[in-house]
Amino acid sequence: MRRMIFKSLVHGPLTEAAPAADAAALAELAAQVNAAARRRLGRTLSIREVDAGSCNGCELEIHALNNVLYDLERFGMRFVASPRHADVLLVTGPVTINMREALERTYQATPHPKWVVAVGDCGRDGGVFAGSYACVGGVSAVLPVDLHIAGCPPAPLALLKGLLALLENAERGAGAAV
Amino acid sequence: MKTLRELIDEGQTIAAHRPWPRALVGEEAWLQAIGLLQEQTCTLLGLWGDNATVHLALLDEARKEPALLSYECEDDSYPSVGRLHAPAIRLERALRDLSGLDPEGLPDTRAWLDHGKWPVLRPLGKTERVAATRKRKPYPLLSAEGESLHQIPVGPVHAGIIEPGHFRFTASGETVVRLEERLGYVHKGTESLLAGQAPERAAMLAGRVSGDSTVAYALAFARALEAALGAEVPARAVWLRALMAELERLANHFGDIGAICNDAAFAMLHAHCGLLREQVLRAAAACFGHRLMMDCIVPGGVRADLPGDARRRLADLVAQVRKYFPELIELYDNTASLQDRTVGTGVLSAKLARQFGCGGYVGRASGRAFDARRMPGYAPYDRLQFELPLREEGDVDARVWIRIREVEQSLALVEQILLALPDGPVARPLPAANAAEGVALIEGFRGDILAWVRTGADGRIARCHLRDPSWFQWPVLEAAIEGNIVADFPLCNKSFNCSYSGHDL
Ligand code: SF4
Repeated sequence: MRRMIFKSLVHGPLTEAAPAADAAALAELAAQVNAAARRRLGRTLSIREVDAGSCNGCELEIHALNNVLYDLERFGMRFVASPRHADVLLVTGPVTINMREALERTYQATPHPKWVVAVGDCGRDGGVFAGSYACVGGVSAVLPVDLHIAGCPPAPLALLKGLLALLENAERGAGAAV
Repeated sequence: MKTLRELIDEGQTIAAHRPWPRALVGEEAWLQAIGLLQEQTCTLLGLWGDNATVHLALLDEARKEPALLSYECEDDSYPSVGRLHAPAIRLERALRDLSGLDPEGLPDTRAWLDHGKWPVLRPLGKTERVAATRKRKPYPLLSAEGESLHQIPVGPVHAGIIEPGHFRFTASGETVVRLEERLGYVHKGTESLLAGQAPERAAMLAGRVSGDSTVAYALAFARALEAALGAEVPARAVWLRALMAELERLANHFGDIGAICNDAAFAMLHAHCGLLREQVLRAAAACFGHRLMMDCIVPGGVRADLPGDARRRLADLVAQVRKYFPELIELYDNTASLQDRTVGTGVLSAKLARQFGCGGYVGRASGRAFDARRMPGYAPYDRLQFELPLREEGDVDARVWIRIREVEQSLALVEQILLALPDGPVARPLPAANAAEGVALIEGFRGDILAWVRTGADGRIARCHLRDPSWFQWPVLEAAIEGNIVADFPLCNKSFNCSYSGHDL
C-alpha cells in the first residue's frame, strides 16, 4: 500500500486533464459551476439521488461522476444520504406506481429551495416503459421538474452539463431541457 | 423415481419448442418433477405463467439436460412447487400477482410484486381494471419474538445511489436475528410491454431489464428468439457478442470489487477500481458505440461491426489492466483491516447455494461449480479456454476472490476472442415469421439469465419471460446475514449485488 500511495504522490492525481474535447468541457464546467453555484448556494450543491424505477443503467453513470476521472466534488457538488440535506433531487426511472409514494415523500422531506432533475429518457417521459400499467411515466407527472437530462443512460459528461444548466436556469426560475 | 428425461418422454412433447424439450404433463408428472427438485436431482431454472399454463424450467445437472414441463391449469390453479421447494416461493407469489394462477398449497399467501397500487389486477392473465383508490391492506411482515429485540426498517429509498427495496431487520443489540426483504418497488410491467412487440423493440425492452446486464439480457433474448425461429447468426456476430459479454463482466466486476471495499471504508481500492471500470466503459464506447453496450446486440446479429482501431484499443485495455490490477489484488490481500471485515462475514452455506441453484459468483463462492457458458453452454465458449474459479468459504471475501479470478479469466477470453474473431457479416435478417417457442440460458456477470420467448404467426412476441439470477440470490441473502452485525449488511449486500430491477421486472 505504501508503494501505491507513494506512486500517487509522485504522479499526481489521476483526474483527467486530457486534451480531448471532454476535458475541455470539464474544465469549462469547473469554472462556470463554481461561479454560478457560489451565487446561488454558496460553494456547494448537495444532491440526493432517487431511483424511481430505473433499470439501474442511469445509476451506473451517476456513480461514474464520483470516479477519479470525473471527480464531481471538485465542482462543489456532492451526493448526500438524506433528502433533508439536499438541494437537488436527481430522479431516475419511469416512476413506477410502486415507487410513487416514496418519491413524493422524499420530495416533501427536502427543504426549500429545491430543484428536481429528471435523469434519462425514462425520467423524461417513461422511455421504453411509457404506457405500462405499472409506471406513471416521467418524473414531471409526479413532481415539478426543473430540468431533464436526456439519454439512455446519459453519459457522465451529459449529467455534468445538465447540472450546470440547472444552476443557470434556476436564476431565471424557468424549466430547461438539455 | 423417474428422471426428468422420462417425465418429458411420457408427456406431450411440444415440437415447436427449441432447443430444449418441452412437454405438457399431468398432475402426477408435475408432482414428480417437484420431487426431483426437492431431492436436488434437478435445479429450478424458472417458473412462470403463460395464459392458463404454468411453465417449469428445470436442469438435470448430472445428465446436463435442461427441459421445460408445462401444466395446464383448470380453475386457474396448479399444485404449488414452493410448498415443497422453497426456492420457488417468490416465483409463485409473483406468478400469482401477474398471471392470476393460484399455487395450491403455497404457504405464503401474501402478494409479492403487486403492492395493491396498480390500476389493474393480473396484468398478464385475466386482466381486470380496478380503481386506483381501492383500499390497501398493510403488508404483514414476518414476526420475530424474543426478549429485547428491536426492528430497523430500511428503504425503499436507501442512503446511497442504489436501487429501491425495503429491508426489515430484527436485531438483538447489534446482531441481526432476522432480515426480511420486501421487493417489487421497481416493477415496470416489462413482460406486459413485451407482449405484442416486434423483435427489434422487444430486444430494447429486454436490454433494459437490468441496466448493468444489458448485454447479457439482450443476448439471452436474442438467442431465445433465434432458437424459436431457427435463425442463423453469422459467426462474426457470435464472437462479437461474447466480446461484449466479457467487457460487461469486467466493468461490473471492477465496479463491484471497488464498491465492496468502499463499504468496508477502504476508499483507495474503490478509487482505483472505479478507474478501471471507466476505462472498460470508454473502450466499449469506442468499439461498440455505447458505454454500456445497450442495444448493440440485436436479433439476428449485432448492430454494427467494430471500427478499424478496435483491436488495438482492446489490446491496450487488456495490457493496461494486466499491469495495474495485480497491485490492487495484492493490496486487497495484504490489508488486514479490510480482510478483518470481509473474511467470515455473510457466510452462505454450500447447502443453501445448491438448493437454491444460486448462480454466478454467489454460487461459485459457496462451492457450486455452475456456469451457463459451460452448461448448457453456447457458442463461442465451446471454442474458448477458461477456468471456473471456485471457493468453498461462502463469505464476502470468497465472493470478492471469485470476482478477482473472473476478471483474469475475462481478460484471457477477450484476448482469445480478438485472436480468433472470424470475418464476415455481423447480422442476418430473421427468417419468416412463424408461431414458435425458444429458450436460452446466458451467463451474465451476476449469474444465469433465463429467457423464454413465444412468437405469434405475425412474427411478434406473444409472450416473453425473463428470469434474473437474483431470484435465487435475494432469498439466501436473508440467511447469509443472520448472526452478523447490522453494520455489516451493506458489505454483505454489495458482495451479493442482487438486481432489484431485474427481479422486479
Ligand atoms: S433511461 Fe435508459 S438507462 Fe436510464 S433507467 Fe431508463 S432504460 Fe435505464
